[in-house]
Parts: sequence; structure tokens; C-alpha cells
Amino acid sequence: MEKFITLFSTAVPLFIDNIDTDQIIPARFLKLTTKSDFGKNLFRDWRYDSNGKIKKNFILNKKKYSGNILITGKNFGCGSSREHAAWAIRDYGFKVVISNIFADIFKQNALNNGLLTIELKKDFINLIYKKMFLNPNILFEINLEHQYVKFENNKEFFKIDDFKKKCFINGYDDIELLFSIKKKIEIFEKKNIYN
Amino acid sequence: MNKTLFEKVWESHVVFSLNKKIDVLSIDRHYIHEVTSSQAFEELKKRKIPILRNNKIIATTDHNVPTKNQHLPIKDVLSKFQIETLEKNCYDNGILFFGLKHDFQGIVHVIGPELGITLPGMTIVCGDSHTSTHGAFGCIAFGIGTSQVAMVMATQCLLQTKPKQMRIKLEGKLNLGVTAKDIILYILSKLGPDGGTGYFIEYSGYVFKRMNMEERMTVCNMSIEMGARGGMIEPDSTTLKYLKQRIFYPKEKEFKKIKKICKNLKTDKKALFDKEYKFNSDNIYPIITYGTNPSMCISISDPIPIGYKNLQIKSLKYMGLKEGEYLLGLKINYVFIGSCTNSRIEDIRLVSKLIKNKKKADNVYVMVVPGSKQVYKKIINSGIDLILLNAGFELRKPGCSACLGMNEDKIPYGEYCLSTSNRNFEGRQGKGARTLLASPLVAAITAIEGKIVNITEYIKTNTIIVCK
Repeated sequence: MEKFITLFSTAVPLFIDNIDTDQIIPARFLKLTTKSDFGKNLFRDWRYDSNGKIKKNFILNKKKYSGNILITGKNFGCGSSREHAAWAIRDYGFKVVISNIFADIFKQNALNNGLLTIELKKDFINLIYKKMFLNPNILFEINLEHQYVKFENNKEFFKIDDFKKKCFINGYDDIELLFSIKKKIEIFEKKNIYN
Repeated sequence: MNKTLFEKVWESHVVFSLNKKIDVLSIDRHYIHEVTSSQAFEELKKRKIPILRNNKIIATTDHNVPTKNQHLPIKDVLSKFQIETLEKNCYDNGILFFGLKHDFQGIVHVIGPELGITLPGMTIVCGDSHTSTHGAFGCIAFGIGTSQVAMVMATQCLLQTKPKQMRIKLEGKLNLGVTAKDIILYILSKLGPDGGTGYFIEYSGYVFKRMNMEERMTVCNMSIEMGARGGMIEPDSTTLKYLKQRIFYPKEKEFKKIKKICKNLKTDKKALFDKEYKFNSDNIYPIITYGTNPSMCISISDPIPIGYKNLQIKSLKYMGLKEGEYLLGLKINYVFIGSCTNSRIEDIRLVSKLIKNKKKADNVYVMVVPGSKQVYKKIINSGIDLILLNAGFELRKPGCSACLGMNEDKIPYGEYCLSTSNRNFEGRQGKGARTLLASPLVAAITAIEGKIVNITEYIKTNTIIVCK
């Protein structure tokens, strides 16, 4: 996993609630057996019409918005557990997704792929929306070490599990941790009722 | 100390607590399928990590298989490669694989319970969000991503934050035409698409107690649609009776052990939940969805609610519907009966009872996709195939099919599909397809009528007996 400590970037605001993983990457693109190349089909049916033409009104197609941060409505990533959704967002170039609340499986998938999910209070997200409407080029600072998001004179702290934070800062993953306790796992297995 | 069913199962599977929130959870069963496993095998290969317990993994193909001509080579090159990759990975690693030609092949959440591989009190994972289905057996069962599939393969464990606990109690009688699907849709309408986020649900009360295992599976299956990690029901005599009839029926000695396990799998009287809801089934009538997430649903004879915000406008525009409008009379050209929610033999039996000696409406195309080869076999052996044929319903071979529109079974652009599946998201059943979720009972009647009808009235006037 790539290391992550701080990020300075502009953002793309996609202010829709309950965006499900079928929108993020439709099932017909899940036939690949690799982890790469999903970015081109990110939000496929919102980015392109049925003739494959670009939909100019969709936020990802608007030139004035760009950056490594995706800011979205609540309950982002609900529905299917497809990790392809996290791969597609990462492959497209986003490194951080901000929402009021994430769907559980999506959050875990994102964190396992170096895509940082940050949950912020509704009021703060609404403030971002308002400010970005006036100025699409706002620069955000994402500071993982001190756990805050900052733009202009606004700063908001966020929570992240200590272990996950360590994983991001050091670039390692759950498998490495699980391997370090292999002995414990083996001992446990012997007393497990369904062993 | 008083404990919930969830706590009992969870705590008996904790290998190690990493910190106050994260536990290392041991996994008893790991189901895999073609779409979310290949990258996990690849990852392990790359890191030179062997699979720790291949005997705890069960593989099948379901998401991306054709439901016609399954005996012929698969035409779609990518699909063919994806399925062959799973087969090869299973062969190389000594994993039990129920491929297309196998008698036990089917939708992963149908075959696990049906074969008796899912047992009470287990921890079960699968790279599929509807793994919550297995909670019907008192299991902690939940969907995971591909990175986690790799973790379980490597260590038979997962790092998991312990979810909060919710209890949903349902008491009362069942109104005419109300099935397990209507009950879970009703609960969804009350909690919304994120009402369960961060929670594990226990369904309790007389209504669930009275359900058979197929119905309980339908309920637990859709727990994920309110964002819950999973949903579970206390195992009881119904559970044990079901297990006795399975192909992998546990031998007498093991069955005694399971019986003993089940005795302890109850929520203690004074156990505490973080959140509790109580509903009364007297208020539930046959339900249908009108929007683009499963919680956007109403009683069939009610109008679409007015006064929601932007989301509702976007949804209704996609669905070609308006606020305040009635769905009654809406012409339906496609009916899909299938998916891990409603493709079990009990579902198909119910459909066959309703359509016996009837014909589908001319405008409708009806597809019945059984959940497994075993279900298919039962359909043939009990003559249900002839009832379906006479009614003009097309019986397909097992797979996920039009539930997720991954193979060629798709609903055309702009068309309404009355579907017994679990998701009505934009484009879920095909680009531009408009999904209305409902029970197999509603699906069968809609197929006969060719439009949405008042189910309660229909049952009364046609004197259909649908209750157990």
C-alpha cells in the first residue's frame, strides 16, 4: 500500500446522497480479473449517455472541478460489496473521499486500498458545498497525522482508528498484522467448535 | 452477564483483541464466487502466501453465468475467462468447487444453506454483500471486499470493528398476501437506506419465529439494504428440522453437538441492545418499491409519497413516475423471479400455486431463474416446470441473472420490471431499466395481469389461499 501522510489538493463535489456501488461501477464492467483499468468506467452511466457521448452536466465532466479529493453526500458506497468501486475511484485519481457517513463494506474496501475515507459533520460538509459553489478552486489540506481537514480558515478534525492510521502512514495492511499473530490463530483454531 | 445472540457468537470467535474496537475474528466458512475472488488469489500468489485452510472454502459460479444453454461453451470471452480462472484457482488450491456442470451449483447464498454447509452459530463471509442471508441460522454472516477475501484465505481471520447491536421486534398477525419480502421491505421503509449502518441486527418476535427457513433467509438477506453489517435470527426447532433434510446432513454425533450449540444461541432476557425497534405486522400490506433504493417503498394500493427532497425527484425522474401518483394499473412488460432473496423452492412453489391453470398476460415476458441446480431439480421432479410452461413463464437455469445485469439477462432501457430481487438501483438490471421490487406473490399476480393490481383485492376476489 502507498504511504499517506498529508495531501494538498482541490476537490470534486458530488453532492448526492446514497450513491451505491452500482453507480460507481456498473456490474457489466466487473468481468476483469485484474485490479487495474476500472477508472475509465467510474460513474460510467452518469458520465456517458447511452451512445457513449459525454454528459456535460455531470460534475466529473466539468473542467472547473478537479483534484484528488471526492466530496459526496451521505451513505456513500452503499449496496454491493464490490471492491471494484474502491479500485475505480483510486484508479481515476482520487486519494480521499469525504462524506457524512460511509456504507460499511465500502469504507473497509477503500481503507484496504489506500483510499482514505473521512467522515465529517453534516454542517462542515454543507459549508464546503457552499464555499465550493462560489469558488471551485479551493485548496484543501488533509492532514492524517493530526487528523484534520482544512480549507481557507476552516478546520475540522476527524476520527480514524489508530491501527488504520498506522497502516496508511506506514503503508502496510491487515495481512501483515494477521501474520504476526499466526501462532495465536493456530492455538485458537484447536478449540473452535466448528474446526 | 446477560448477552445477546450476537455477542455470544462474536465472542466465541475472537482470537485476539487488537485494541478496544478492533477484534481478530476467526471465520468458519468462506464462500467464494467468480467475480470477487480472482484478484485475491492473484494477490496471494504475488506475495507468495499459501491458503491456510482450503477445507473451509466453498466455491461456486453464479454472478456471471449464462442462464440459457449452460451445457454449451460460454460465448462472452471475458465471462468465460473469469469462470475458468475460478475453476483453475480452486483446482490449484484444492478448494471444493461447484462449477456450472455440478449438481450443487447455484447462487452462493442459496446453495450454502440448502446443502447444509451453513450451520448455526458460525461466522461466515463471502465477497458478496448478501452474505447476511446466512444470519437466518443464527450466524454472524457478512459481505466482504476482495482484499478481505485474500486475508481470510491467508489467515482464516479478519480484522473487524465490533458493530453496535440493534433488535427489531415484530409481533402481530399477517394480512392477506403478506410474505417475508413485504416484511423486510416494510422495515426498510421505516429505517431508510442507512438506518442500520454500524449495526448488526437481531430480528425477534412471533412473526419471525413462525417463519420457515426460506422466509427467514429472505429477511436476513436484505439487512444490508439498510446498511447493517448483517442480520440474524435465533436458531430453533425450525432450524434443526431444516438441517436434518440437507444433503450434507450432519451425522448423528455432530447433530447432537449442533443441537447443544443451538440451545445456547439465544439472547438472554436482560441483554442490552444499542437500539431497539418494535413494529406490528397488522400494519403491513403487500409492498412494492417505487424509487431507486429498496427503502423507497409503499403498500401497493398507496400513492407515492409527496414532499421528499431532491433525491426523490432524481429517483422519480429515473423511474418515470410522479409524486402522489398510484402504481395501480401501471403496465409491466417484464417480470423477474429469482435472486438470492427469492429463488428458493418455497418461492417457486408459491408462484406455481398462484399461476396454476392460468396464463401470463400477452404484454409480459416472465423469467423464472431458480437459485440452484437443486431447486431446478425439484421444480422438474414436482411438475412445476409444466405449470410454468403452460402459463407462458420461461424457466431458466440457475444464476444471479437479471438481479444485477452482469450476464446477458438484462431489462431493456426504460422498461419496468417487477422483480423479486433485492436492489432497484439505477441501471441495476440493465442500463435505464426501471425496477420495482416486490414478493414472488406480487410477481406472479403481476405476470398474470400484465399490470400492477391491488393484491389484497385480487386475493379476495380470486379466493386464493396463500397462508400457511
